[in-house]
Amino acid sequence: MVYLWSVLSLAGLTTALATLLMVAERRLVSYGICRLDINAGEEPLDVEGGQSLLSALYANEIFIPSACGGKGTCGHCKINVISGGGPVLPTETPYLSRKEIRSNVRLACQVKIREDIYVRIPEELLNIKMYTSTVESVGDLTHDIKEIRLRLEEPAEISHRPGQYVQIQVPSQGGPEFRAYSISSPVYEPDKVELVVKLVPGGLGSTYLHGLNSGDTVRFTGPYGDFRLNADPSVEIICVGGGCGMAPIRNIIYTLYEKWPGRSCRLFFGCRTTRDIFYLEQFEELSEKHENFHVVYALSEKPDKDEKWEGDTGFIHLSVDKYLEAGAGRQAFLCGPPPMIEAVTRVLQEKGVPAENIFYDEFS
Amino acid sequence: MTETSAIVILIAAILTNNILLTNFLGMCSFVACSGQIRTAVGLGTAVTFVLTMTTMINYAIYHLLLVPAGLVHLQFIVFIAVIAAFVQFVEMFVERFSPKLYFALGIFLPLITVNCAILGASLFMVIRGYNFAQAVGFGFGAGVGWALAIILMAGLRQKMNYSDIPEPFRGVPVTMIVTCVLAMAFMGFAGMVSIQ
Repeated sequence: MVYLWSVLSLAGLTTALATLLMVAERRLVSYGICRLDINAGEEPLDVEGGQSLLSALYANEIFIPSACGGKGTCGHCKINVISGGGPVLPTETPYLSRKEIRSNVRLACQVKIREDIYVRIPEELLNIKMYTSTVESVGDLTHDIKEIRLRLEEPAEISHRPGQYVQIQVPSQGGPEFRAYSISSPVYEPDKVELVVKLVPGGLGSTYLHGLNSGDTVRFTGPYGDFRLNADPSVEIICVGGGCGMAPIRNIIYTLYEKWPGRSCRLFFGCRTTRDIFYLEQFEELSEKHENFHVVYALSEKPDKDEKWEGDTGFIHLSVDKYLEAGAGRQAFLCGPPPMIEAVTRVLQEKGVPAENIFYDEFS
Repeated sequence: MTETSAIVILIAAILTNNILLTNFLGMCSFVACSGQIRTAVGLGTAVTFVLTMTTMINYAIYHLLLVPAGLVHLQFIVFIAVIAAFVQFVEMFVERFSPKLYFALGIFLPLITVNCAILGASLFMVIRGYNFAQAVGFGFGAGVGWALAIILMAGLRQKMNYSDIPEPFRGVPVTMIVTCVLAMAFMGFAGMVSIQ
């Protein structure tokens, strides 16, 4: 009898507690419908309160850049919240400068909609669309890097600039998440988007992309990024990449030679071993066609004795230091891990490239 | 026991019978979150609040429900359920009315559910046969005592950042050693008041 009583009363108590919590949740966490006013538009949107500003904007097809998927770790989703955003939270302060805090810049993923809210979003971001595409091919570049070619379906074309990136929608248990990847196909192929993806063990985005087969449907938003290629033909373009940081650089180089066949450009690419080399033949072919294009690949680890390697060894910033003569009139684009970016930036500045002409995509 | 006043129990729970330094309860969050004074203050405040409130609620449930129904053997599981539900409720409440406090404390609140000092205080209250006023005094005192211990520890650890500690002792080991020294120091209060 006592066992029955025990089970019954325990069940009763837990049910009572759960009911209390549910009532509390309905009373406390529900904020009703709030108005979301963008750029003092004529028709403010009605959105469900309680969600983050970022997800409310996504639900209304306004795709603010966000590389971490709303976790508050990338700091990309900065927008101007004029009113209704509440106080700046401790989770945002590491990503905001004092000036930004004064001018009401917030991280959209951390702002929770609790009341009517008024935000300002640059026109450029309002033009970002959601694309549906089909996987045309998936090819191995190295043992852990794949080239994934997507053919656009809806809309059928994308207009982007070299160096820009897209955000791939990755299915996950808690709903779709977004991961950022640079476009490696040149801008004169507007119906295609190619990605260069390195498999990160346990990584959500790379695991999904490596598991794709041709014919699969992939959705993404874009294009994002504010890099602009210098249009002055006398300016030399310096591209430095490491590891899998090739995608934006390939786009930049092919786009560059389509537009200015005689323009001067240097590519420095750092790999660990000969197993990690890819696209070298394509670039050598390109350098035969264009005399002002120079390619340098360097291995950071010494090759085995039986391996054939005539190129450079050592970290890539050493090669930059070796081949580049000091002089101005250059624009540089770097893509790779943070220590590489730091080392190469230092070398470039020593060679007289001003800091404002050095752009980079940093892996974190 | 009934003649000991609530004030005496409160002081005893803070100094002579400090739940952390004499019973060594709540050690995991103590070791993990005592790196900085600011975090320690946040966690200490949250623990004090939850400890006081859950001792009161568990007192009511124990004496009004479990004892009359003869279900005293369920006390462990019931206390745990009440603590978990209460922490959830506090989390929602704080988020609604003070987002800033929520983000300062928010990370610690779920941690508190599994803090054994909270369950320990409820069980001590039963074992020692406290009345309601004594239970409140004990709950609050135990919370303040725990907060005091973690804030002292955080202060010491911030100082220790500048000390040359031998490699194998860095981090958790030296924290354990310092906790023991701190516990011995607190034994100096032993003659003041005492509760069982």
